Amino acid sequence: MLSRKLKELSSGIIIRFALIFINFITFFIAIVLLLKSRPILKYHKISELLLSVNWHPIKNEFGFFPFIIGTIEITAIAMILSVPLCILCAIYISEYAKKRIREIIHLTIDILAGIPSVIYGLFGVIAVVPFVKVFGNLIGVETTGYSLLSGGIILAIMVCPVIISVTLEVFKAIPQPARESSLALGTTRWETIRHVLLKSARRGILAAIVLGFARAFGETIAVMMVVGNVPKIPKSLFDPAYPLPALIANNYGEMLSIPLYDSALLFAAFILMLVVGFFSLLANITLLKIERGGV
Amino acid sequence: MKRRSEEIFFKSLMLISLFIVLSILIGIIAVVIARGISALNISMILETPKGGYYLGKEGGIANAIVGSIYLAFGASILSTLISLPVALALQKEYINRHFANFSRLMLDILWGTPSIVYGAFGFIVMVYFGLRASLLGGIIVLTLLMIPIMVRSMEEVIRMVPHELKEVSYALGTTKLETALAVVLKQSLSGIVTAILLAFGRGIGDAASILFTAGYTDYIPKSIFDPVASLPLAVFFQISSPIPEVQERAYASSFILLCIVIIVSLVSRFLVRHFSRHIVR
Repeated sequence: MLSRKLKELSSGIIIRFALIFINFITFFIAIVLLLKSRPILKYHKISELLLSVNWHPIKNEFGFFPFIIGTIEITAIAMILSVPLCILCAIYISEYAKKRIREIIHLTIDILAGIPSVIYGLFGVIAVVPFVKVFGNLIGVETTGYSLLSGGIILAIMVCPVIISVTLEVFKAIPQPARESSLALGTTRWETIRHVLLKSARRGILAAIVLGFARAFGETIAVMMVVGNVPKIPKSLFDPAYPLPALIANNYGEMLSIPLYDSALLFAAFILMLVVGFFSLLANITLLKIERGGV
Repeated sequence: MKRRSEEIFFKSLMLISLFIVLSILIGIIAVVIARGISALNISMILETPKGGYYLGKEGGIANAIVGSIYLAFGASILSTLISLPVALALQKEYINRHFANFSRLMLDILWGTPSIVYGAFGFIVMVYFGLRASLLGGIIVLTLLMIPIMVRSMEEVIRMVPHELKEVSYALGTTKLETALAVVLKQSLSGIVTAILLAFGRGIGDAASILFTAGYTDYIPKSIFDPVASLPLAVFFQISSPIPEVQERAYASSFILLCIVIIVSLVSRFLVRHFSRHIVR
């Protein structure tokens, strides 16, 4: 009797402790990054760090603007390329495809979502970079192919499985009678999709896009392999760029002899965590609400 | 007439986009497999790099294969030990709803955190404790990366266990722990195994988090304090080499990595089908 109670008590403590540990670790990561980036925040204003274009760590100039712009532009390209395609795809899979085909495609998409980013990067180096180079030369731009556009294309491919899979879940959550009652009024399938389904799935689709955005924003290796990594503001799609995650990956752990450099890089990591955390939180809260209360 | 043509227009638009997306994604797999197989041979898999390997001389990537497996297995075990209690704790028997929801939001933040941030964080912690890049460091960082993935999918299946079933068990006078072990875990076992495999697949493919924390070496590590090579980093380093023979090895490495990931993913799906037959719903 005693040992049962003892087991129950100790397991309860372990279980609660694990939960508290998880909550703690999230704050802990954020706080450690913030503390470590304090030295640079002491010597430079935040506005100067975020908006200056001068990146010369040796001369104590830390302007993150080119990197931030690079990250935003590359993510924007990826979203512009992938979002319309993904949503059209998801609509077709969920509303038109037969059950068996739907299952096969869903399985394929799920498997594709698990492919390591370095493999996407490899594909970028083999296929996308040469393609962009040829394409650029065709329209009369000098480019090596390692460019903003290549990074954007690779990211667009990478976020597709995420966006499609979440959008499919959202469409699945719409009750069947909503479709039937619209079709019974004599609408075509497309009219039902446009006037009924898209309207009620609006927030869910937005959440899917935001999740894709969050994934793209923090992606490191695949982008870094194709984007060229030149710390200047890119003037065209065919210029190289240098997103924040690539900056951290290329320099952290090596250049720690330069004063404030590691602090600057950890500040970049802090920004990344803040932005991505905020957006994925937003998307997940929306999705949770949809799951709970129907659409 | 206009309605019909609109329907046809949009339907063909959808078909075209489906075709584009699927052909690109499947194209990636095809390219990696085609380039990988032609670069692959037995000594690639069984040998560690010999002298002059990075100039295109002989040797293989056994160090990276073994390293990746060490890393992913270690991290899977460690994060299962943490994730399983967490997923059980999120049931309503243990904590109130508000704290559970708060914890879910924290997990969402962790889930979204880019792996490079984990890498940077892991490096700070390692420097603080005086560790250098090692198997241990890599395992710890990968564990952090895996926990949110595991908890999220474990919790999904644990929540599916019907409450009546738990009540029946409680009515027999069991404690929470006994019900959790005998009913909840048994009911959701296939889902839990799937969650572990899913996290394993993510962990073995992640490069950014172990870039600073696991290091890279030509040898198979002898203790957890030795640096360790890994497949994703093998791909990453070898593709940036200017020598074609070394680049070939990047293709072979990525082929092996892709095979591991796809096999794990397929096995987990098979397990779900196979084991979910005995579950009471």
